[in-house]
This record gives sequence, C-alpha cells and structure tokens, in this order.
Amino acid sequence: MNIVVCVKYVPDAQAERTFNASDNTTDRENVDGLLSELDEYAVEEALKLAEAGEGEVTVLTVGPDSAADAIKKALQMGADKGVHVNDAAIHGSDAVATSLVLAEAIKKIGSVDLVITGMASTDGTMGVVPAMLAERLGLPAVTYASELTVDGGVATIRRDGDASTQTITATLPALVSVTDQINEPRYPSFKGIMAAKKKPVDTWSLADLGVDASQVGLDAAWTRVESFAARPPRSQGQIVTDEGDGGQKLAAFLSERKFV
Amino acid sequence: MKTSTPPPFDPNDPAGIDDLLSADEKAVRDSVRQLCAQRVDPYVADWFERGTIDDVRGLAKELGALGVLGMHLDGYGCAGMSATEYGLACLELEASDSGIRSLVSVQGSLAMFAIWRWGSEEQKTEWLPRMAAGEAIGCFGLTEPDIGSDPGSMRTRARRDGDDWVLDGRKMWITNGSIADVAVVWAQTDDGIRGFVVPTTTPGFSAPEIKHKQSLRASVTSELVLDAVRLPAGAVLPEVRGLKGPLSCLNEARFGIVWGALGAARSSLQAALTYAGERTQFGRPISGFQLTQAKLVDMSLEYTKGLLLALHLGRRKDAGTLRPEQVSLGKLNNVRESLEICRTSRTILGANGISLEYPVIRHMNNLESVLTYEGTVEMHTLILGQAITGQSAFR
Repeated sequence: MNIVVCVKYVPDAQAERTFNASDNTTDRENVDGLLSELDEYAVEEALKLAEAGEGEVTVLTVGPDSAADAIKKALQMGADKGVHVNDAAIHGSDAVATSLVLAEAIKKIGSVDLVITGMASTDGTMGVVPAMLAERLGLPAVTYASELTVDGGVATIRRDGDASTQTITATLPALVSVTDQINEPRYPSFKGIMAAKKKPVDTWSLADLGVDASQVGLDAAWTRVESFAARPPRSQGQIVTDEGDGGQKLAAFLSERKFV
Repeated sequence: MKTSTPPPFDPNDPAGIDDLLSADEKAVRDSVRQLCAQRVDPYVADWFERGTIDDVRGLAKELGALGVLGMHLDGYGCAGMSATEYGLACLELEASDSGIRSLVSVQGSLAMFAIWRWGSEEQKTEWLPRMAAGEAIGCFGLTEPDIGSDPGSMRTRARRDGDDWVLDGRKMWITNGSIADVAVVWAQTDDGIRGFVVPTTTPGFSAPEIKHKQSLRASVTSELVLDAVRLPAGAVLPEVRGLKGPLSCLNEARFGIVWGALGAARSSLQAALTYAGERTQFGRPISGFQLTQAKLVDMSLEYTKGLLLALHLGRRKDAGTLRPEQVSLGKLNNVRESLEICRTSRTILGANGISLEYPVIRHMNNLESVLTYEGTVEMHTLILGQAITGQSAFR
C-alpha cells in the first residue's frame, strides 16, 4: 500500500509568532518552526499501517526551504521518502491554492492508495485542505478519524462527534484526515535519526508540477489578512455572585460553553 | 556587519548556544526529552521518595529502543552517535534525575565501553547487543569499601586455578549492582590489574542493595560480594592490563557527567525562575527584587559557561583531540557550578525548595553524589594541578 502523508511546517507555538508587516502573511523566517504537531498523528498512523503490512510512506510538504525540517522529522520517525514542493511563487497561498499544489504533487507521485492528513494545521487552523484535496483528486474524503483500519481495499474510520459516534467506510484510494485522539505519535529513535540521513527527498518546483504561478500565491488567494493586532491582555474573569442560585449559574455558564 | 533585527531573547538559552547544535543533534535531544517527559518526569519524585525505580527493566528497554544505551559506541547493536550527541542525551536524562543518567552512564560508558574497548570478540557479541537493547543490564566494580581515589591499592584478587580464574573480594557503591545481569569487575592479579566479565548468576557472586541513601535515591546502588567466584579463562578482558583499563572507562563516564550535571542545574534554574515570577511578596513577584535577580543572572551565567565548555569538550572528543585532563576540567567545573545553581535555586524557593513537589532539592541531593563519584573534587584538582605545574601532588 502506498501512503502519502501531507504535512506542514509551522511556527513553533511555544515561540513568539508574528505576521510579516509587508504583506500580513505568517512570518515563517524569523521564528523556529517544526512539523505541525497535528500532522505527527497522520505520520504515526501511516507508519502503523505500513508496518502492519506491505507499504511505503511518502511524506509531502509545501513550503519554503525551512520546511525540509518537517520532512526530515517524518523521515526520522520512519517514513520512507519525502517530496518537498518549494517555489517562491507559493508564498501567501490560501487553502485553495495549497490544495491545488498538493493535488498535483500527489498525481506526480502516482499510484497512491491512501492520502493521510492531520485535522488542521496548528498555525492557520482552517482544516479545509483535506476536503479540498480529496475533491481535486476525486477521492472519497473520510475526515476527523479517531480510529482507522484498512482491510480488503476499504478504509474504515470512527468519527467522534458531540452527539454521536459515526463509523464511515470508503473504498481505496481514499483520503483520511486524523484527529489527535487516534494514536500516540512516536519520537524518532537514534537509528531513525541516522537512517533519515540516507532517505531520498525530491524537491519539486511549480513548473515540475505543471502549475502556473498565477494560480497560487498571495495575489491568487481568495482570502487575505487585512490587518492584525496583538491579542489584548486577558481581562478579568466573570464573577458569579451566589444569590441562592450560584450552582445554576455555574451550570448554565459551563453548558453555554459546551463543557457539560 | 548585518543590521537586521536579531531573533527574540530566549531566557532558557540567554547566549543563543542552540545555534551551535546541528539539526540532528537537536533531534537527539528532543527524542530523549520526550522519553523522559513521558516515562520519567511524572514518576521520579515518587521513586526518589520511595528509594526505588518502578519497572527499571522496562525503562531500560525503552532507553534501549530509543538507542541511548552505549549510543556513542559503534557496531554490536549500538547506535553509533557522536560524543556531543551522547552529552546532549546525558543532559536531558539528568534534567529528569541524576539517577536515571547514572543508570545510562554505567551501562554505556562503564560496563559496555569496557567490553567494547577491551573485550574479546566473544565477549562483545555475547553482551553488547543485549546491553544496547536494554535487555541485559551491566554494572562496573572498581571502588571498594576501603578503596576510592586510589584504585591501584584495591584488595579484590583474581588468582589462576588451572585455566580458570577465581575472584575474591568486595566492591562498594556499585550503581545497577543488584539488578545487573553482568558485572565488569576489576581485580589484582599476578599480572597487574585485570578486568573480568562476570555473569551475575555465577556462584559466589552476590549484590546486596545499599539502603539509607539520601542522594541518588532513584537509582540502584549495591555492594558486590565475590566469594570464590570461579570464571573460565575467557572471562578476562584480554586487551588491557593495569589501571589504564578502568581509568579509560571512567574517562568516558566523566565526559557524560560534564554534560549531565548541567541538566540538573537547568531543571533547578527553570524551577527557580518560574517560582520567582509567581511568588509575590511585598506586593510584587520576587523576581522583581534585585537580590533575586542577581541570583538568577549568576546562575544563568554559570549554566551558559558550563554548557559552552561541555560543547567544546564534546567537539574535541568527536575530533579525537580530547585529553583526560580536559575531562577533569569539565567535570570539576560543571558539577561544582551545577551544585551551586541547585543550592541557590533552593534559596529562591524558600521552604518549597525542600519539598519533592519541586525538583530542586532532589537535584541538589543527587549532585552531592555526583560531586565525589567518578573522581572527587580533590582528585580532579590534583590532576589539573599536575597538568598545569608538571608536579604530582598525590603520587
């Protein structure tokens, strides 16, 4: 089974994250980045499937030079090879353009049985790319999987909702996005770190994918960040005064926010 | 000169020393940190309090699966990492607890290194792969009840009996002793000091655990009793005679301590920094008081200098240019300063500083052992004194 895992290189949420003043895009240069933590679950799930049978895991990312680190982390975890789409024209792309580039890259990789993604990136947190990507590839999209099994050419997932738990199946080839409940991602062993040095990584430009630069980037984006401001300091919490109905007020407060 | 805006200031790395590490070195560090965060940090205060490590064999196997055990050795199932990477791993392990780093040091730098460097092919293939995987645990018997800094005077003896060797004597303060599958034991022979690979199931060998320690409580420490332990001819380490054998191993382990001690310091310093920011007295956080800031800054300086020294020594070891005197220099400075950092952190936490709710007193007590094991302050001072002046003050 050939599995492609789409991963994103994101600014470290532990560090100070900012926007570029010139074009309001996320600053990816002056901040430490890493493989998006939500994508580690996708990598782990792919590795588990590959290890359970015959399979090869290709990790795919779209991003600047530094995004190679995200591929490297996945290779250290155990993925077999990497594909890095790197082209200056991609800077500022929205989800629509990102899904286009990913789709063309997956077509170029060829004969893919399963595409696995995280549920969202930890920087943009839009979570729409998996569905867009499936649409472009003409694949069934089974999203938000908190459990995944593949058997006899069929992928079966469990999706945990607020009110119900769904079991959904799709015939392969298919796209699956996974949640942070699906597994416990491994950390690279030293053997994995050493082995990753010898694993192949292809770097492709837009031209390699036959994508015209005018279809991607900030100018082609359907959405753009108009302005940004630092989050205001945390305001004082809401004080509930107990006038005999304190319990009810607390319960109402919590249920309003879906905590109960 | 570039005039662009520098990256943000990192209070945990004030000098930006992370720049000096490669991506792979950071990956090694991250993996060890992650294992410790999951497998050690939540439990270690409790282990320390109870004076035991729960499921120490399971922990050894997980360390083995990651590749930590004998990681700087090549072949025989060892990971073949660099000395600098080994140092970074020791730092992360000791940021969790010196006892865990001791387990790894004794396994990799003492027991495995002795076999790897001085052992026969049979000894290497029999023991090293299992030890690298954490399936077999090793210990290292040099120190005796009456013999510490002067190992040349050891009393444990090995005598020939036909082709066999027969060992008699006692070893003391042996990390991993009671849980070990194999002991590397050094003994006097008619041919000078020799090393022996002793399966701990050999009749006459026993390893009672030493209790009542107030330091390294999350670590097994034992006495080794050798009562007419009969070993075949193939049990002797064939490639070395004399003190050079054990001292070469100690040199490896000391290198790990140069880094490891800084881990205990870092953990304590971070606890103090966090605490000082949250503890309010006289209407403001105590981190806002000049006396507290002086402590925090001094600790930061010493930590930073120690880390630079460790990194420099690591690069020299990887280049094959590291001298034993330089390891002494690193061990002497970094353990001394790390202990001082732990003690100063303790004062910032006040009474909370003596509670196992915080890591500080645990690190501080642990470093009291680290200060004297693998060469006391006195010995490292005299080694350096001799190196600098050309005159030995102890022999």
